[in-house]
Amino acid sequence: MNPDQKKKEKKGMRRDLIILLLLLIATLLIIIVLPEKEKGVSDASWDFLIEMMLILPAIMVILGLFAVWVPKKLIGKYLGHTSGIKGIILALILGALPTGPLYIAFPMAVALLAKGAKRSNIIIFLSAWACIKIPQEMVELRFLGLEFMLLRLALTIIFVVVMGVTIEKIMELSDKKASRSSGV
Amino acid sequence: MNITAIAINLIAMIGLMIAFYRNREKAIRSLKVAVKGFIKMLPMVLIIVLGIGLLLGLVPTSTISQFAGEQSGFWGVLIVGLLGAVLFIPALLSFPLAASLLDGGASVSVVVAFITTLTMIGTVTLPLEIRELGKRMALLRNGMSFLIAIIIAYIMGAIL
Repeated sequence: MNPDQKKKEKKGMRRDLIILLLLLIATLLIIIVLPEKEKGVSDASWDFLIEMMLILPAIMVILGLFAVWVPKKLIGKYLGHTSGIKGIILALILGALPTGPLYIAFPMAVALLAKGAKRSNIIIFLSAWACIKIPQEMVELRFLGLEFMLLRLALTIIFVVVMGVTIEKIMELSDKKASRSSGV
Repeated sequence: MNITAIAINLIAMIGLMIAFYRNREKAIRSLKVAVKGFIKMLPMVLIIVLGIGLLLGLVPTSTISQFAGEQSGFWGVLIVGLLGAVLFIPALLSFPLAASLLDGGASVSVVVAFITTLTMIGTVTLPLEIRELGKRMALLRNGMSFLIAIIIAYIMGAIL
C-alpha cells in the first residue's frame, strides 16, 4: 500500500470517528429530552450490535484468508484470454472472490483491457466485484433471509451479464461511428 | 444464535485451521488482515447500529412506510435508489440497515433499490473510475447499473 492511500484511510477513519461522536451526543440529547423513547432506541441498537458482533469477526477472518491466499495475478491470468460463456462465468466468479475494495479493481480492469480482454467481461467483472462478493452474500443471508438473498443474487447476475453485453455493443457502435466520421 | 451465524463462524474457523495447517506464516498474515479490517470497520459499524436504533426507536412505522413503503410508489424507489448511489456505506453494513428498514415498514422494492445502488454504483469512486476506464465506459456502467437496480427492485417487489 502506498503512503498516499494510507493517509486517505487514516482520514476516513477520523471522519468515521467524528460522525460516531456527533451521533452519540445527538442520541444522548434525544434520550434526555424524550426519556420515554430510550428503551426503543437502545433495544434496537443493542439487538443489531449483537447480531453484527456474532458474524463480523468471522467475516473478517474469511476476507483475510482470501486476501492472503488468492493472488491478484491469478485473476489476470484467467480473465485475459477467455471469452464466450466461459469468459462470462469466469468474470463473475473472479469478481465475486473477496479480494479487496473496488478501487483496486480499476487498474486491473485497465491492464486486462490493454491485454485484449473483452469489454463485456470487464464490465461483468467490475460489477461482480462491486456487488456479488461472497462474504456480502453471507451477511445478506443472515439479515434478509435465504429467499431474498438468492432471488437478488440471481437477478443481479442476469442483469449484470445483460448490462455487460449491452455496453460492449454500444461502445462498438460508437467506435464504428467515430472511425467512419474521421475517415470522411 | 441462528444457523447462518453459526455456519459463518464454522466456515471461518475451519478455513483458519486449514490455513494454519498449510502455512503458519500466511495464516498469521491473514489474521492480521482480519484484525486490521475489523478495527477499521468498527466506527462505521457503531454508526450504523446507532442509526438503526434511532430509526426504529424514534421514527414511527407509519412515517417510514409513507416515505419508503408501498404507498411511496415509484418516487420512493427512485429517491432511495439515488440515496444509495450517493451514500458511502460499506456493503457489508448495508444489509443490517436494509433489514431494519424492512422491519420499520419500508417496501421490498425500496430496500432492494437501496442495497443494489449502494453496492453497484460508487459516486465516491467515480472520478477514479473515469480516470482509469475513460468517461464513456465509466458513465455507461454506473448509469446502466442504476437502471438495472430499479428493474431488479421492481421484480423483487413483485415476487416477494
